[in-house]
Amino acid sequence: MNLKISGLEYIEEVKNGNISAEDFVSATIDRIKNIDEKLHAFLQVNSKAVEQARDIDKKIKSGKKVGSCFGMPISIKDNICIKHSKTTCASKMLEKFIAPYDATVITKLKEQDAVFVGKANLDEFAMGLTTEFSAYGPSRNPWNTDYVPGGSSGGSAVSVSAFECVASLGSDTGGSVRNPASFCSAVGYKPTYGLISRYGLVSYANSIEQIGPVTRTVKDAAFLLNILSGLDPNDNTTIDGGGQDYLSEIDSGIEGKKIGIIQEMMSEGIDPAVLAATNDAVSKLEGLGAVCENVSIDMVKYSVASYYTITATEAGSNLARYDNLRYGYDFPVEGFEFNSYISKARSKFGPEVIRRMILGGFVPSSGHAGKYFLKSLKVKSKLTNEVNEAFKKYDFLIAPTVPILPFKIGEKIDDPIALFLVDINTVMSNLTGIPSISVPYALSNGLPIGIQLLAKHNHDKSLLKVARALETTVRLPEVPI
Amino acid sequence: MTKIGLEIHCQLTKLESKLFCPCKANYREHEINANVCPICMGLPGTLPRLNQKAIEKATIIAMALNCTTPEKIAFFRKNYFYPDLPKNFQITQLNIYGDTSVGGSGMIMVGDKKIRITRIQLEEDPGRLIYEGSSSKNQITLVDYNRAGTPLVEIVTEPDFETPKQVREFLNILSDLLENLNVSDPSLEGAMRADANVSIEGGNKVEIKNIGSFHDLEKAVHFEITRQNSLHSRDIPIVQETRHWDDKRKITISSRSKEEELDYRYFLEGDIPWIKIGKEVREKLKSEMPESISSKKERYVTKYGIPDQVADVLSSDKFYSDLFDKSQTGNNAKEIANIITTDLMGLVDTREKREESKLQPSHLKDLADEIQSGKLTRSSAKNALYEIVKNGKELSQIVSDLDLGNVSDEDELLKIIKQIISEEPQAVEQAKSNPQTINFLVGKVMQKTKGKADPKLTLDLLKKEIG
Repeated sequence: MNLKISGLEYIEEVKNGNISAEDFVSATIDRIKNIDEKLHAFLQVNSKAVEQARDIDKKIKSGKKVGSCFGMPISIKDNICIKHSKTTCASKMLEKFIAPYDATVITKLKEQDAVFVGKANLDEFAMGLTTEFSAYGPSRNPWNTDYVPGGSSGGSAVSVSAFECVASLGSDTGGSVRNPASFCSAVGYKPTYGLISRYGLVSYANSIEQIGPVTRTVKDAAFLLNILSGLDPNDNTTIDGGGQDYLSEIDSGIEGKKIGIIQEMMSEGIDPAVLAATNDAVSKLEGLGAVCENVSIDMVKYSVASYYTITATEAGSNLARYDNLRYGYDFPVEGFEFNSYISKARSKFGPEVIRRMILGGFVPSSGHAGKYFLKSLKVKSKLTNEVNEAFKKYDFLIAPTVPILPFKIGEKIDDPIALFLVDINTVMSNLTGIPSISVPYALSNGLPIGIQLLAKHNHDKSLLKVARALETTVRLPEVPI
Repeated sequence: MTKIGLEIHCQLTKLESKLFCPCKANYREHEINANVCPICMGLPGTLPRLNQKAIEKATIIAMALNCTTPEKIAFFRKNYFYPDLPKNFQITQLNIYGDTSVGGSGMIMVGDKKIRITRIQLEEDPGRLIYEGSSSKNQITLVDYNRAGTPLVEIVTEPDFETPKQVREFLNILSDLLENLNVSDPSLEGAMRADANVSIEGGNKVEIKNIGSFHDLEKAVHFEITRQNSLHSRDIPIVQETRHWDDKRKITISSRSKEEELDYRYFLEGDIPWIKIGKEVREKLKSEMPESISSKKERYVTKYGIPDQVADVLSSDKFYSDLFDKSQTGNNAKEIANIITTDLMGLVDTREKREESKLQPSHLKDLADEIQSGKLTRSSAKNALYEIVKNGKELSQIVSDLDLGNVSDEDELLKIIKQIISEEPQAVEQAKSNPQTINFLVGKVMQKTKGKADPKLTLDLLKKEIG
């Protein structure tokens, strides 16, 4: 069974009767069993996946209406709720939390007959960019298992790039889909804020995060967006995408499009291999008829500081509910007053979550809000203005997804500031709500490099077009696992 | 000068569902923790799903209290730990970044006194804590989340009250107004709660919390003024603090908790985008607002000639004014107003009695018709009304069941009158010299007929017989 096919190829194969959903899913589960010990992409594997695929095969055979996924095996980041299954957020705090409801994206995928092969590993509560902060141990980069896969949707990216599933859903708060996609050589896409319902995604920084697909191809991302996007009464922030077909005209090219190269994302600290790859991508796009120019977005230099202040503030509030009254673990309350009780209860959180919650208690507090939180909101709004200005001139913006190459597990975990800076190129689209996508572009010493493209608010269709155009210019080797 | 300000919390009990989820706003009829869903339990991954109707109801309240209503409103998170708050933050409104709550400054008249409204905000009610165990040592706290997420409007006043009496009058007017707007049923337990702040000349502001009822609020304010005056007269400084109302001892006690030091870390609720309430929407809401109490009263007085005081009573209670407006057809208005204010009010003076009452507007119309056409005396009508409220039968049925119909047959009545004249020779003599005392004889006839004698006919016949 050849598992190394894209989602759309899978659908064609099943439709044509060349393969059955059961065989494909069963082979996928076998592969997970064989290699995931090394990679640790999964926190849980769905023991009913094969059975569910068999049911879909029956539907196909009996000529009943079948959903457009035809049993496609998909992994789900473990901060998205699937009814009756554990959703741990890779935290000990939610070790036993069984969601009593489906996230909207899960409902939609179920309707389209997708099969969930398992829940993918992540940094605890999606806070991190290496997956090392998972309370259940790190995931490993399939291109070199000594290296981090990126994060926080590390499990999602690993499972896609190592053929443990066809596609995955991650969540992107500051690059959490695009960063691991870049590090693992997969397509990682963060849609416009509001295009996909967040209902059922456990909130970390709710005002800027989005669920996004990790796929093998740009077309697969467009295919999934067709399924996942749309207004949801359970998420008041969802927007109307206009019911477009994101897959149609995806190959119509980029002749005459103007692309701005973000200078602030190409300078200080960038790895020469990443810089070279980006320049190469720019010339490829020019070769396809695009016009590329340098553009400066001054506020980028404050964006990471602003991002961490805003996300910490929201995280401090969003995670406040884990006070051990209903999550966590039982312990006799005798002998505790409030502060010691909470600190004992909170000891179930890992170091990064505690770090951000402490920060989140401080930066919006009275007497400090003006200096930190409110100032960060100003940066956010100025950055949005600058980005809007840039889009008056350009159709798209381009930059490397991550300015450096994947690094070794353990290398940066004790240096939070160094880690924060890895986010510099990705946080902008979260702070401004615009769509962006990471396309696998090159390898340097066997480690992947992704190129990031960005478009105007709710111009996801044209973003997918330019990403598709770039994708057609590269041919990358297969993952060595 | 004494200054009193209020913070009134009013549940929008007339809404179908909670503020951010489809659970029932009427949480009172459920088993404990049965009126809950993933959203109001604050389960991981859930998001608030705004009830647009709540915005409309709250805006109507703002308009009725003459508040400014902004073009766009926003929600904020108020972060604090409390076991009844499933998310550990409350979604509420705030005016720190411009006027973004449903209502800005407004005012309402209480008699001749103008009470300014500071703001009106919409927020979610927390759950309910139930304490079990006799002593503080073995006390346990149980949480019922049925109430969590119930739509709550907070009305904040300026410190414009000077006496507890003004506070009470204001609360009466406010609860009548809210009931008339069809947004809330203030008679439901816990539907309206209030905190007060009190300061006397030269003293600091003291907040009083935990006041269970409006009745106690007046008492608490009264106690607090007395306490502060007593301190002041002995030159003891009045410290700025929060005090709790002790329901059992009927006194305020200093709160040991440092509530005023809490930092709520307010910030915008990103899960609810700003809500635009355009001019058209506001005008539509305004046009759909129920008739105000004062305009009802004016209509009753000028259109139907109902006496001022009766109109006052009738208009301020939605239950009665609805009955009145549905049953009156113009020429019977006065009679119906009379039936409601003299007889009905005594029969349905509590919430339970009103709920159990079987009375329909058509009953009142029938009663008035029968009285006006002389087929039923007022006193028989009162008896009939009692039966109607109890069993809801048709008036004609009750009249025949209880034999309430007027004795208007001249021969029959004459027989009774003759009997009375023979029994009361003294009274007859008196009536001859002083016609005013004939009423005693009329009363005797009424007694004999159990109130069924046609009063006018009785008088005419009596006069004739006595000569």
